[in-house]
Amino acid sequence: MGYQWNWGVFFQPSATGDDTYLGWMFAGFKMTIGLSLSAWVIALLLGALVGVLRTVPNKLLAGIATAYVELFRNIPLLVQLFIWYFVLPELLPESLGNAFKQSHPVLQQFFASMVCLGLFTSARVAEQVRSGINSLPKGQKNAGLALGFTLPQTYRFVMLPMAFRLVVPPLTSEFLNIFKNSAVCSTIGLLELAAQGRQLVDYTAQPYESFIAVTLAYIAINVVVMTLMHKFERRIAVPGYIGGK
Amino acid sequence: MIKIANVSKNYGDFKVLTDCTTSVSKGEVIVVCGPSGSGKSTLIKCVNGLEPFQAGEIIVDGTSVGDPKTNLSKLRARVGMVFQNFELFPHMSITQNLAIAQVKVLGRKQDEAMDKGLKLLDRVGLKAQANKFPGQLSGGQQQRVAIARALAMDPICMLFDEPTSALDPEMVNEVLDVMTELAQEGMTMMCVTHEMGFARRVANRVIFMDHGRIVEDDEKEAFFANPRSERAQQFLAKILHH
Amino acid sequence: MHDFDWSSIPGALPFLWDGMKISLVITLQAVVVGIVWGTLLAMMRLSSIKALSWFAAGYVNLFRAVPLVMVLLWFFLIVPEFVGQLFNIPKGTDMRLSSAMAGFALFEAAYYSEIIRAGIQSVSKGQMAAASALGMTYGQSMRLVVLPQAFRNMVPLLLTQAIILFQDTSLVYVSALADFFGAAYKVGDRDGRLVELLLFAGAVYFVICFSASQIVKRLQKKYHPA
Repeated sequence: MGYQWNWGVFFQPSATGDDTYLGWMFAGFKMTIGLSLSAWVIALLLGALVGVLRTVPNKLLAGIATAYVELFRNIPLLVQLFIWYFVLPELLPESLGNAFKQSHPVLQQFFASMVCLGLFTSARVAEQVRSGINSLPKGQKNAGLALGFTLPQTYRFVMLPMAFRLVVPPLTSEFLNIFKNSAVCSTIGLLELAAQGRQLVDYTAQPYESFIAVTLAYIAINVVVMTLMHKFERRIAVPGYIGGK
Repeated sequence: MIKIANVSKNYGDFKVLTDCTTSVSKGEVIVVCGPSGSGKSTLIKCVNGLEPFQAGEIIVDGTSVGDPKTNLSKLRARVGMVFQNFELFPHMSITQNLAIAQVKVLGRKQDEAMDKGLKLLDRVGLKAQANKFPGQLSGGQQQRVAIARALAMDPICMLFDEPTSALDPEMVNEVLDVMTELAQEGMTMMCVTHEMGFARRVANRVIFMDHGRIVEDDEKEAFFANPRSERAQQFLAKILHH
Repeated sequence: MHDFDWSSIPGALPFLWDGMKISLVITLQAVVVGIVWGTLLAMMRLSSIKALSWFAAGYVNLFRAVPLVMVLLWFFLIVPEFVGQLFNIPKGTDMRLSSAMAGFALFEAAYYSEIIRAGIQSVSKGQMAAASALGMTYGQSMRLVVLPQAFRNMVPLLLTQAIILFQDTSLVYVSALADFFGAAYKVGDRDGRLVELLLFAGAVYFVICFSASQIVKRLQKKYHPA
């Protein structure tokens, strides 16, 4: 095949001279982690709120929550990202739009990516939260109310703590997804892991090493997140119930 | 204590309750029985407002349940309820189950609530299980905890919604014993149950329901000796052959 | 505020439609290949032959750990060259469509295989035992008894996955292939009307995916009245 393997390439100084190629990869890695974690915070908070609203006995609130979920679930992530990045600044009041466009490009890319990933994932989190709440025995809600709890108290003390535990395993997979989906943000020029991989191919002419390294980095993220979430699951397990001993 | 007057309820065209009228005085024990789908569970859930109803009136200790101005949470805090499937909160230990509503609803201190909970737990014979979780107890034990949880709120009356139907036969009696004791101490009770032995022992009156109507509402002796309606006679015959 | 001008869309419709055809072709072939390959993977995973089960587990876990964008980049930047050298395909041949299709199919097979595995496991063990008791071989029991029931349970999930896949085809953008989204972007870029074209593309995707998911929901109710 005549391909010259050269794993040492990662330790060579990069084309811009101020770093090694390994340093480039590490920068991309940090960007992927930072972006995914900050988007995850948004996704969890909004997703929990919207998911709960979908189960409340109020047609208007539940309807708004449903519309929210359908909107973010039925448009491809890439299209949503481009809309956040290219369209929204144009639709904002001029001063605000200009302020966005004049900010640092990396900041623009990061901000659009974070909001986009966060909202996209929040719709999925909301679905999991809703189905967690709906899978609780109906009597639990009645039992809470019968003890004199108000509806919000019943959610807070009775339904949500249990629904939360049921929802952790499916949320783990959404959490993994957010890291994987963050690769889409390379398309607007954000230098996260996948984008750095592409850059490495261009600059080093060692495509195999570059892509294998990036792919392994994603696998490593996956393994670490899964291990941590399993530990977490065991910690919150309820004695005598699913997962508990 | 509880007054139910001309209560009707329907889901769309389907009538669940039709013109139900009865009352429970202080210290009285009423057993509500009837075939499944007769509306007895729905009726008892109307008493503390867990099920809304379209017509009629229910008054509990002077408060109208159907009145939209009524603070239902306040009323429910004073009416104890025990469910068919126990409905202990699985993520809390037994003591937490007993204390949480005392603290969050009645505003009692945590220590005070714990003490009260433990006392009641002792009363239903489960003091040893205090630090376990519901999932680690048998059905009969869970139901006894559920009764203790309701009693911890110092209820003015207790509602039982088929408290023994989800239990294995060998556990039914431990729950009925607790209920019997409670009745003998003078608690006002409304019990939906098929346990006719319990009814014979402790009930003052028996209500028989069918197709959403109260068909019989009689002194216990009269009901068992000579049920007036054919449906009640059939029902009693069937129960005996169980 | 932005002044909307939608006038570049009508003229571009034929071009956009060509893009949509590419999106649909990729979706369709990835669904078909993905389900066939995914079924095989699922059966390997559940097989008692250790080597097969490890291979399937490794394959599925690998593809599920890596972003689709990464897989597509592999198939866009590296695989064509590798395959080209292997089969002496002249340099410069445009293999973007075929390599994108291969990438999608192999990637989706991992996801389909998990759905199918769960489906097979949802059919009670008693069914397998009953089939064996009637003298059927393992293959016959699978083919005649277990898989038909499993697939009936899985249809909604398989279709939902197809809708997700259709949305994901937009990611061929990374190989500059003009699928529907790529076409919309190109038109918007050419006419300086990116805002309108992106919103239009979003609306089209929404209408298609929302309608499809409502149909799936109705199917689900019809076959599994809860």
